[in-house]
Amino acid sequence: MAEHVSPYPRTMPTVTTTGGLWRWVATVDHKDIGILYMVTSLFFFLVGGVEAEFIRAQLMTPDGKILDPTTFSEFFTMHGTTMVFLVVMPMIFGFANYLVPLMIGAHDMAYPRLNAMSYWLLIFGGILLYFSFVAGSVPSDMWFMYPPLTEAPYTLNAGPNYWAAGLLVTSVGSIATSINLIVTILQLRAPGMLISRLPLFVWMVLVNSFMVIWALPPLAAGMTFLLADRTLGSHFFDVANGGNVLLWEHLFWWLGHPEVYILILPVFGMISEIIPVFARKLVFGYTFIAASTVAIAFLSMSVWAHHMFTSGLGLTADTYFVAASMLIAVPTGVKVLTWLATMWRGAINFTTSMLFAVGFIGEFVIGGLTGPMLAVAPVDWQVHDSYFIVAHLHYVFYGGSVMGLMAGAYYWFPKMTGRLLSEPLGRWHFWLTIVGVNVAFFPMHFLGLLGMPRHVYTYPNLPALEPLNFISTIGAFVLGLSVLVFVWNIASSARGGQLAGDDPWDAWTLEWATSSPPPPYNFESVPIVTSRRPLWDIKHPENPDRQ
Amino acid sequence: MASHSTARSTTGNGMSRLEGIQRMNPNSLGVLLFISSEVVFFGALIITYITYRTAGPPGPTARTVLNIPLTSVFTVFLLSSSYTMHRATSRLVHNDASGVRKWLLATVLLGAIFIVGQGYEYVHLYMDSVTISRNIWASTFFVLTGFHGLHVIIGLIAMAVIASVIQPGEDHPWGAAGVEAISYYWHFVDAVWVVIFPVVYLWALFS
Repeated sequence: MAEHVSPYPRTMPTVTTTGGLWRWVATVDHKDIGILYMVTSLFFFLVGGVEAEFIRAQLMTPDGKILDPTTFSEFFTMHGTTMVFLVVMPMIFGFANYLVPLMIGAHDMAYPRLNAMSYWLLIFGGILLYFSFVAGSVPSDMWFMYPPLTEAPYTLNAGPNYWAAGLLVTSVGSIATSINLIVTILQLRAPGMLISRLPLFVWMVLVNSFMVIWALPPLAAGMTFLLADRTLGSHFFDVANGGNVLLWEHLFWWLGHPEVYILILPVFGMISEIIPVFARKLVFGYTFIAASTVAIAFLSMSVWAHHMFTSGLGLTADTYFVAASMLIAVPTGVKVLTWLATMWRGAINFTTSMLFAVGFIGEFVIGGLTGPMLAVAPVDWQVHDSYFIVAHLHYVFYGGSVMGLMAGAYYWFPKMTGRLLSEPLGRWHFWLTIVGVNVAFFPMHFLGLLGMPRHVYTYPNLPALEPLNFISTIGAFVLGLSVLVFVWNIASSARGGQLAGDDPWDAWTLEWATSSPPPPYNFESVPIVTSRRPLWDIKHPENPDRQ
Repeated sequence: MASHSTARSTTGNGMSRLEGIQRMNPNSLGVLLFISSEVVFFGALIITYITYRTAGPPGPTARTVLNIPLTSVFTVFLLSSSYTMHRATSRLVHNDASGVRKWLLATVLLGAIFIVGQGYEYVHLYMDSVTISRNIWASTFFVLTGFHGLHVIIGLIAMAVIASVIQPGEDHPWGAAGVEAISYYWHFVDAVWVVIFPVVYLWALFS
């Protein structure tokens, strides 16, 4: 047994013993910080959700009067920005912070203080972004902030400045926490926890963290240019003086496309943890799942311009980006098939977590299927900037990322609190979500094909547009209700939920080998790992996994 | 246990490289990852500079307003600071805290001279009314060299802090870990200048 002892001493973080608010402000414990990330994310989820409900209420009928055009644009912009940068990314960092050290048998993250700093940068960035409401200059140029619209002569208020400055701050935090996660995974694994034995969630977090540190800097550069243009009078996107607005599009989507995988890869990892446990089978094709993740990460960095088919890059560039984008469907399809094969002939236990995991596969595949459609440039030319895109991205973001994160929430909530989330409420939550997602987002496909553009605050009273928008809005209200059920479930179960014990799901990874919630140092003694299912080996010494 | 050791031996070279990473100084590994992120950032800035080199209406360009001989001199100071940094890290092996400190401070001095040179350059450009808003070349020039200068200044502060932490005659593992990490950062900042200097200054001689 090779022991990996670092030649450099590591100090353990100070454990704050005082309770109350100060404990949460001063904490450097990865579990506390993970929970802070998740609570923050949930808060912004509600904020972004309220914005979405207003948007849908406005679009429920033709010539809606609920929001004026400016407020509509502001809510539209802030909804997208919030959901991507302040909800899904922080939620993923929250889960990663909480689970990665536990899953690899470590006592904490590699840099506990940097970890706290990353979290507080997220908070400050989020406050900066939302301070724009107080200051009366809410960003209203959509979440991708295309110049020249966002240049100083065309957007007179400070909205884009708040947007760029706020996201620069959160980006620094995201990069710092990703570096932290990579070093943790590479250096702090328990003895015997080889890379080839890492839980798949940890694998995905590792790949994901590399994507974050390589995909966010271009956006940071772009936001710097934008801020310089707006505040210092430089000419990066000033066409009259030789600037080129395509530069922004390239920089933005250089981040933007990896970003959509950043928002889903760790969720793939969660699904790959949850399905085997509830199907009572080893995950099918561990190596394929891990390798396809690397393939997705690699490809996702080279397909950004499929967001720019209508920008006129020319036939050669378009042809390449069509082909490269279609390729991504292959490793993604591999993942879906491995999950199905894992469930095949398993003794499936449909807990709420498993329901969400299975629902995730179905909804994600619907969103995934429109992906290759949109990757075909001529199709994209037709439906670009229409509700077809909105349907596609909401199926992968809500039906994919959010539902996967919900599966993770039901699965790991007992570890974090010691109590199970209520299963009856969970079922309400699940079925409302499934109904809400499909009722809200499926009609958007038709709206897009009928030519309804996104970003418009209202639409004329045409025969097809009205019923489809009406149905979609009903779905959005159902989704809102499902989220309220979820929040109620968390609030009530955290206090009075059924006690979970250390290992309620009879699972196999190391986080279940310690108490719920885990003690400050996670493990009393460092576990020794001999297979991909270390806890199985502990529970079944007569029949350990052999690899 | 037997199966474990087989798994280890069959993975061959890749695994031993991974073990090398595992035994690295954690601070250095973190800084290397940070640098890989910075490479992308500066890559974006440099590509932007190159694509905008000849864009826009006529105005000041690198050829007409930059004092290339003077900057070449200051470049020598910056690049030689990589040598002094190398001397600082080579004293680490001998556990010679005062030697490390001496060479670190020499590095700070050389870097500071470079920054003074950059400040002098900026002031002269300002007096020629070449500012970030003058034309697109100036925009890209100031953002690119400005961000590099900012990185130099951050490096100077970090080196000064580490030099003050390391006390002579003291075996100071944390200080040592910091020296190695900051040396990676500093060599990176120099390497960025090795790209910027030809692209911005030398290229101007030939266009």
